[in-house]
Amino acid sequence: MSLLLLLVASSLVPGMVIFFLREESHVLRTVLNLAGATFKIVLVAFLLWGVAHGRRYEARYPLLEGLDLVFHADPLSLLFVTLSAVLWLLTTIYAIGYLEGSPHRSRFFGFFSLCVSATVAIALAGNLFTFFIFYEMLTLSTYPLIVHRGTPEALRAGWVYLVYTLGGSTLLLLGVAWLRALVGPIEFTIGGFLTETDPSLHPTLVLIFALLISGMGVKAALVPLHGWLPVAMIAPAPVSALLHAVAVVKAGAFGIVRVMYDVYGIEFCRDLGLTLPVMAVAALTIVYGSVRALREDGLKRRLAFSTVSQVSYIALGAAIAGPAAIGGFVHLVHQGIMKITLFFCAGNLAESLDIHHVSEMRGVGRRMPWTMTAFTVGALGMIGLPPLAGFVSKWYLGLGAVGTGQHWILAVLVASTLLNAAYFLPIIGVAWFCAPDHSRPPGTDRGWAETSLMLLVPPVVTALLTLVIGIFAGAPWSPLQWAKLIVAPEIVP
Amino acid sequence: MPEPDSSWLAWIIAIPLIAGVLGFVAGPRAARGLALAGALVTVAVALGTMWQLMRHGTVRHPVGGWAAPLGIELFADGMSAVMLVMAAAVFSAAIVYAVGYYSASDPSHRPVGGASFFPIVLFAWAALNALFLSSDIFNLYVTIELLTLASVALIVLAGGATVVAAALRYLLATLLGSLAYLLGVTLLYAAYETVDVTRLGEAIQPGPVAWWAAALMMSGLLLKTALFPLHFWLPAAHAGAPAPVSALLSALVVKASFYIVLRLWFWVFAEVLAAPAGTALGVLGAAAIIWGSVQALRQKRLKLLVAYSTVAQIGYLFLVFALAVDGEVMPLALSGVVYLALSHACAKGAMFFVSGAVIRAIGHDRLDGLGGVARNLPISVFGFALAGVSLIGLPPSGGFIAKWLLLHAAIRSERWWLAAVLLGGSLLTAGYVFRPLAQLLAARTAPDVRPVPRLMEGPSLALALIVIVLGVMATPFMGLLEPVARAAAAQIAGAVP
Repeated sequence: MSLLLLLVASSLVPGMVIFFLREESHVLRTVLNLAGATFKIVLVAFLLWGVAHGRRYEARYPLLEGLDLVFHADPLSLLFVTLSAVLWLLTTIYAIGYLEGSPHRSRFFGFFSLCVSATVAIALAGNLFTFFIFYEMLTLSTYPLIVHRGTPEALRAGWVYLVYTLGGSTLLLLGVAWLRALVGPIEFTIGGFLTETDPSLHPTLVLIFALLISGMGVKAALVPLHGWLPVAMIAPAPVSALLHAVAVVKAGAFGIVRVMYDVYGIEFCRDLGLTLPVMAVAALTIVYGSVRALREDGLKRRLAFSTVSQVSYIALGAAIAGPAAIGGFVHLVHQGIMKITLFFCAGNLAESLDIHHVSEMRGVGRRMPWTMTAFTVGALGMIGLPPLAGFVSKWYLGLGAVGTGQHWILAVLVASTLLNAAYFLPIIGVAWFCAPDHSRPPGTDRGWAETSLMLLVPPVVTALLTLVIGIFAGAPWSPLQWAKLIVAPEIVP
Repeated sequence: MPEPDSSWLAWIIAIPLIAGVLGFVAGPRAARGLALAGALVTVAVALGTMWQLMRHGTVRHPVGGWAAPLGIELFADGMSAVMLVMAAAVFSAAIVYAVGYYSASDPSHRPVGGASFFPIVLFAWAALNALFLSSDIFNLYVTIELLTLASVALIVLAGGATVVAAALRYLLATLLGSLAYLLGVTLLYAAYETVDVTRLGEAIQPGPVAWWAAALMMSGLLLKTALFPLHFWLPAAHAGAPAPVSALLSALVVKASFYIVLRLWFWVFAEVLAAPAGTALGVLGAAAIIWGSVQALRQKRLKLLVAYSTVAQIGYLFLVFALAVDGEVMPLALSGVVYLALSHACAKGAMFFVSGAVIRAIGHDRLDGLGGVARNLPISVFGFALAGVSLIGLPPSGGFIAKWLLLHAAIRSERWWLAAVLLGGSLLTAGYVFRPLAQLLAARTAPDVRPVPRLMEGPSLALALIVIVLGVMATPFMGLLEPVARAAAAQIAGAVP
C-alpha cells in the first residue's frame, strides 16, 4: 500500500525541501534531485515486478464522505509511471547541466519535482476524482516553469497556457462532477462500469464523454485545442522535455485512454458511437500537426507541431482498439523517448551554437556529431523507420486499422509518415551533408565532447533506447509486451 | 457521556477582552505582549472548543448561571465551532503580522497607530467570538455593533483624509443596516415575545409581521455583508485600511453579518420565506461574482484588486440560498458555503498581508510596477499564489472542497445556471489572481527594495498553508458541519410540505 505513496513522495519530498534551499546550495540540491529520481526508479522496478506477477496495489484516503483519493497500480498506470520515472532521471541530469549558473534554480527544481510527483499521481490515480486533483496540480506546477525566465514572451506563453489548460480543466471538472452525481463513485475498472446504466441516461453520458475528452484534449493537444503547445516552447529546454515527453501532453493522452477504457469501456464507447469521432479528431490532428510542422523554420516550433501530431497516435490507437490499442499504448512510451531526444538535442544546439532555426543548421553534424547522431536516430524513429521504436507503434496501428476494416486510417498513417519524412529528412540532410556555415560564431571547444557531459549523455541514452526497444520489441521486458499485457483483458474478456 | 464543561464558551470571549483591557491600561509595549499571549491562549481555547463540539455536537452555557429566556445563554454548534476557528486563525495571524508591521527599523517608515491597534483588535476579536456564540437575535445585534465600532476604529488608525472618508462611508452604511435590523428585531419581539433563535423559529408564522421583519433584517444584513449591489462602501474601506486591518475586514467582518444571515434564514425564517426569495439572493450572488471579478480584473492596484475579489467571493456565499431551495442538496450546499467562508477567510487574509508586505518593500502597490518583487519576497509571493489557488477553487485547497460541494449540489438539483456561475467565476478568478502573479514573477529588478520584516512574511504563508491543509483534511470540519446542515434541512423540509 505505502509503496504507491512512497512513489509519489520520492519526488514530492525532495521538491519541498529544495524550495527552501538557498541558491548557492548547488551540491545539496543536486544530491536531493538525483537521490529522489534514483529512488523512484528503484520503487518502479519493484512495482513492475509485482504487477507483472499479478499483484495489485491500492492506497485509499477519504477526502470527503463518499469521496476517496485512490491510488492503484495496474499495468496501464505502470506503463506511464515507468516512462516518467526513467525520463525524469535523464531530464533532471540534463536540467542540472542546462541551468548551471542561471538564477532561481531552487524555485525551478522545486516546481520540477512537483510536476513529476503530479504526473506519477495521475498515472496511479484509481478514480476520476483523484485523476482530476493531480491533473490540476500538474497545470499549476508547470506554470512557473513556463514563465521561468520572466521575459515578456515567457509571461505571454504562460498566459496562453493558463487560458487553455484552465479552460480545459473547467470542462473536465464539470464532466467529473456530473458523472459523479449521475452514477456515484467513479473507480477505474477494466472494461468500464457504465455498461449497465439505464439507456435513458445514454445521451447525458455522451455529453459527459465530450466534456471529459475535450478537457483532457487540451493537454493532449488535440486540434483545435493545441494552441498552447507551440507557444510554450519559449520555456527552457528541460521544460520542453517535460511538457512534450514526460508529463503534460502524456497526462492528457493517458486520461483519454483511462476514460475510454476504464470508465466507459471501449465496447460501450463503440455502442454509444463515440469511437469514430475520437478517431476522426485524432486523425485530423495527426495530419494537421504534420502540415504545420512542415512550414515552421523555428526548430523547437517544428518539434512542437510534430508532438501535436504524434501524441494523437495514442488516442487514435485507443479508439480503434484491438491490436491498434497496443500500438497506441506503446506509443505513449515510444513517442516520449523519441521526442525527448529531439528536444534535448535542440537544447544543445541552442546552448552551444546558438542555433534556433532549421535554416541555421547547415553542417552542424560536423560541429556536434554526438548530438546530431542522437537527433537523427530520434527523427528517423519518428518517421517510423524500422527497426526503430516508432515503426513498432505504426505497425500495430496499421494492423489494427486493417483488422477492424477502417482502411482510411491506413491512408492517414501513410500520409503522416510521408509528412514526417518531409519535415525531418531535410533537417538531417542539411545537418550532415551541407558545408558548415562559417559566418556563425564557433562554440567553445571541449575536445571530443562537444558540450558538457550532463547535456550530452541524456540524448545519447534516449537515442540508444529508441534503437533498443525497437530491435528488442519481442523481448519479454519490452514496452510492447507490456502494452500487450494491458490490452489482453480487452481482447479476451 | 458526561455533560461537557461549557465554561469554555465564556472564556473564549473573556480572554481577548481581558487582554485588551489590560493592554489599554498598561501601555503600548505591554499591549503588544498581551495581544500575543492572549492570541495564543484564545487559539488554544478555540481549538479546544472545536474538539469538544466534535464530541458533543452542541453546547449551551448560561452566563452567570441564568438560563434563557431570562439570562444570556451562549450556544455553540458545529457551525459556530468552525467560525470560531476561522476567527482564531486570522486574528492570531493578524496580530503576529501587526507586530512586524508596526515595528519598522526606520521610524520614518513606521505606520502610525501601532499603539492603539493591539487593544482594539482584541476587542474586535472578543465581539466576534461573542457573535458566533449568541443564540438570540438581540445579542447578535449587540455583538455586531461592537464589532463594527471596533472595525471603524481600526480603519482610521492610519489617518489621512481619504481613509477617514472611506471609514465614515462604511460607518454610515453599516449603521443604516443595523437600524433596519433592529427594527426587524422589535417587530419580532412585539409579535412573539422572544428573541431566542430556536424559540422564534418554532413560533413564527407566515404573515405580514414576519415578512416585514425578514425584509428589514435581511436588507440590513446584506448591506453589512456588502452583497452586490450594496457593496459600494467595501472596496475603499477595505483597501484603504492598514494591511492587517484590511485582512480582518475582508476575511472576518463581512462573514459576521453573513453568519447572522445564515442563522436567520435557516433557523428563524425557514418556514416564512418562499423559494423565489432564495433564488433572488442566488441571482444577486451570481451578479456579485461576475461584477466583482470583472472589477478586480480592471484594477490597477493590488489592494483594490484584492478588495474587489472580496466582493466577488461574497457572491459565492449567497449561492447557498438558491441551492437550499432544493431540500435534498441543502446540507451539501450549507456545508460547502461555510467551508468556503472559512477557506476564503484564510486566503484573503494571506492576500492582504502580502499586499502590505509589497507596499512596505517597494512603497506602492501599482500592478505595473510589481516586476521582480518575487526575487525579494519569495515567501510572500508563494503565499499569494497558494491563497490564489484556493480562491480560484483549484485542488488541493479548502476553496476546491467548497466549490466541489457547491458544484455537486448544483448538478444534483439540476440548476445549471448555478453550475455555470461557479465554473465561470473560477475562470474569472484565475484571471485576476494570475495577473498580479505574472507581474511579480517578471524578470525585472525592482529598484530600491526596502527590507521587509520576517513577521510580515510568515503569517501570510501560514494562512496559505492552512488553506492547503483544509483541502486535504476536510473530514473533521465536515463532521462538524453536516449534522448542523442536516438539522437545518429537516426544519425546512418540515416547512415545505
